[in-house]
Amino acid sequence: MKYLLPLAFAVLTVALIAAGSVHESSTAPASTPEGAVQSMLHNVQARNWKGAYSYVTAGSNSDAGSFQRDLQGRYSSLKTYSQLETINTRVLREGENEALVRTELKYSTAVGAFYDTRDLKVVRDGVAWKVLWQSEKEVSVPPQVIPVNYLRWDIIYRGAGDDWGAQNVENPHVRILSMNPTEHDGGIIILGEIENEDTVPAFVSVAATLINKSGQDVAQEASFDKTSHVLLPKEISPYRIDFPKMKLADIKSVRMKPDSMLVPASADPVIGVLHQRVEKDNKGRTVLRGELLNESGQTVNIPHVLATFYDASGKVIWVSDGYVDHALLPQTPQSFAVDLREELAAQVHSYRVTVNQYSLTRGE
Amino acid sequence: MRKLMFLASLIAALPVLSRAAEVRVPEKSVAGQSLTIVVTGPGDGVLYLIGPAQVIQRVVRPEKESQVVIKGEELRSAGQWTAILRSGNSSQSQTFWVAPAKPENLNFLARPSRVPVDRRGVISGMAFVFDAYQNFVLQPVPVTFSLSVGGTAASQTVTSRNGVAWVSSSSARKAGAAQFVATLGEVSVRRVVQQVASDPCNLRMHVTQQSKAGVVVETDPIRDCTGNPVPDGTIVTFTQTDSAGRSTVDARIRKGIARAELPAAGGAHITVAAGVVLGNELQMGGGK
Repeated sequence: MKYLLPLAFAVLTVALIAAGSVHESSTAPASTPEGAVQSMLHNVQARNWKGAYSYVTAGSNSDAGSFQRDLQGRYSSLKTYSQLETINTRVLREGENEALVRTELKYSTAVGAFYDTRDLKVVRDGVAWKVLWQSEKEVSVPPQVIPVNYLRWDIIYRGAGDDWGAQNVENPHVRILSMNPTEHDGGIIILGEIENEDTVPAFVSVAATLINKSGQDVAQEASFDKTSHVLLPKEISPYRIDFPKMKLADIKSVRMKPDSMLVPASADPVIGVLHQRVEKDNKGRTVLRGELLNESGQTVNIPHVLATFYDASGKVIWVSDGYVDHALLPQTPQSFAVDLREELAAQVHSYRVTVNQYSLTRGE
Repeated sequence: MRKLMFLASLIAALPVLSRAAEVRVPEKSVAGQSLTIVVTGPGDGVLYLIGPAQVIQRVVRPEKESQVVIKGEELRSAGQWTAILRSGNSSQSQTFWVAPAKPENLNFLARPSRVPVDRRGVISGMAFVFDAYQNFVLQPVPVTFSLSVGGTAASQTVTSRNGVAWVSSSSARKAGAAQFVATLGEVSVRRVVQQVASDPCNLRMHVTQQSKAGVVVETDPIRDCTGNPVPDGTIVTFTQTDSAGRSTVDARIRKGIARAELPAAGGAHITVAAGVVLGNELQMGGGK
């Protein structure tokens, strides 16, 4: 009897360890098209690439390596730092030997979630269903030399040995070009544009303080990643500052505080934004689509797109942003899409897209 | 009778017993010059000289009258000093002023460090006059300010008031690193005020190359309204609108011009802008 309790605990411990070790990465043959897609994606979620690839039919144009790179990301892109969080599947069409399954994937990242919607073709392979995976065409940039002779700005700040009268280098002059408050989703949003009107690069941030009718500060927020922080000379960036759970009717005025700091910077890379157009995506939402073209010779790992929408009078009516989950290879177009609020789509008269870039090979 | 004699002796000795220590300070003294303080007193004591950020201590043994000499290199701080003679249980004090020495140093504040060309009254220079011991010199002295850039120079002499001389100046029409110098006698302090090009003026572009792959547009050399080249690295935005949508390239000025490659499209409309300054427009496949 005195050994019964320890024995029971030992058995329970072993059982719990065994239960914890069991993943959902089962590789049992799928009896339905949706089951095949779900099993494959659950293996992807568990990063069991071999198990996931076992649900891919041999007729696919993809080997195990490129299948893994498709889902794991390449070139230190945002996808390589992400985790597949949720999987939604829906059968669009199902036949005797072939089916079409829509998958909506949500990835979580440090900069927020991003979504990937794919229509996957599933075929009967013997008794089981398997996914016909169409691998992304891997772009390879032909060997070449791309001369990059853009200037960069370095700064010598005042030193400890300078006398107290020696002036430090002046911070860049920036100017808020426009500021429009609006209400959306139960909060106040401040939209506008800021320009670096100096001849040196600036690290810029825009903060706003809401002042209520009795003259008290009630909230303070900054634009965080809804702006380009490093602005080259004469560069204009949109900004958006969100104040959740606030009402315009309670606010008397807004105090804007643009800050700028002189920073070392490089004029490289130039990223062209081509073929921008507002259209509906496959879910029926209004989006601004286009292609990014990295004109430099180095890979841009994480591009961040900021879109400014204007009405017919040139007023900024919305600022939208999105991270692109693919890296920008040199001289290679990469598509992007950012949301546009449905109720504003009819008012949009023009738009402008700017691109932030985060590159592992660049210090700034 | 004996009592009477004792009382008379006591009265006779009173002036001697009541003689206290005494300190005499000079009416005028100057920082960096030696100073003599006369001390009288009944016996040994300590003389303290307490000035701005400085204290000097001397042991004195006056029999009748003693002169305490403070060397010039010790007396560095101008301002109000207090001399205290501590002797036995008593102390005596005197206050005196030390004036600054002759002006020998300048501290020069020039603002801003960077300024657009051809702006009125945007540059300010302020000089603070000090002696060799960093004492603020309040007497009026002439300070000469000169601002030169690209071979042109302007000079102005200003007399300091309460130790400060200042001047304001307009930026030149020519860009470059302006040398802003404040001079006092043989001392001069130099600051650099970077005069930079202003906003682009008369921004114009043209097509340099057109093929099936795309169209290359390039600006003329970009200058401000006074003819200074706008610095390299400045953003110039080319926007093309066509049936496929809108394409934008934020090009950087390089060697004075900005250049962008845009997708090929018939009937495209191309605009150019630098900051809030708009340039000309081009209509592809049609007239300009």
